Amino acid sequence: MKTRTFLLAGLVVALLLGGFVSFYASSHPDGLVYVAEKVGFLDTADDHAAADGPMAGYEVKGVDDPRLSGGLAGVIGILVTLGLAGGLALAVRRRDPQDADAE
Amino acid sequence: MHVPDGFLDAPTSLATGAVAVVGIAVALRGARRELDDRTAPMAGLVAAFVFAAQMLNFPVGAGTSGHLLGGALAAVLVGPYTAALCLAVVLLVQALLFADGGITALGTNITLFSVVAVGTGWLVFRGLQTVLPKRIGLVPFLAGVAAFVSVPVTAVAFVGLFAVGGQAPVSLGAVLTTMIGWHVVIGLGEALITALVVSSVVATRPDLVRGARPLLARRTLEIRTSPTAGGAVS
Repeated sequence: MKTRTFLLAGLVVALLLGGFVSFYASSHPDGLVYVAEKVGFLDTADDHAAADGPMAGYEVKGVDDPRLSGGLAGVIGILVTLGLAGGLALAVRRRDPQDADAE
Repeated sequence: MHVPDGFLDAPTSLATGAVAVVGIAVALRGARRELDDRTAPMAGLVAAFVFAAQMLNFPVGAGTSGHLLGGALAAVLVGPYTAALCLAVVLLVQALLFADGGITALGTNITLFSVVAVGTGWLVFRGLQTVLPKRIGLVPFLAGVAAFVSVPVTAVAFVGLFAVGGQAPVSLGAVLTTMIGWHVVIGLGEALITALVVSSVVATRPDLVRGARPLLARRTLEIRTSPTAGGAVS
């Protein structure tokens, strides 16, 4: 498989997972939150400083349909993450072929 | 396992912030050796995939869920330093855009995910790789084992931080045992997802799996057919 094809396929899988499958994810508290609740330190959590943001809680404000709202948040998050991490990796990568991997 | 604001006091959060900054600085240096024109886009994809996978909470019984940490997965796919950067980007996006994981707790979360989970995952993976037969077919399995171990270890690391900077007068023993108990179960999900993803990449493009590269280099040197692989070595 060509690298470009592979990367595109991977991105499509990620977008499907975050944009569609995420709707069916468990809404129960995760391990840490559950333990915090059970043991009794959940109430020490402060309100999130970005709790009023336009995509807080993986829901896009103004989009009423929960499936669309969550899916859109997932897709945006994936693309932003891809851009930031990919851009960082491109900036950090070695460009000089002489500077080969020492392994 | 995203830590919200307030669980840990300010000094502890500052300390983990410092650990995170040092960790990222080290990762930026180390990632240079892992990244080239071919693997840099892979790093972006891995970060995006981990972000997506972390949205997928799977039930682990009794009203609890778990989701992928992705530390071991990212480390095996793109190398530990790049993985640390990928996880840090994911956490930054989650905290700032989606209010998932506290902003004052960002250092704590980067310490837990990028340093502890990635570090544990990679060390276990490489440790097993050195003692077990050097077979590429083993890579997904070893990644799964590393992923499994990384989850309870990260949970214990959180309890360690909570012991220092926790804000509630609760029994540390209770925090420790319940955290380990649930995260061993969550670790099974982490192992399964990691092994599945790594095996599908190994099946299609093993050369893009960092943890498989030492095995592939040996193979291409023996066969001497691939001009591209030969060029990459020089």
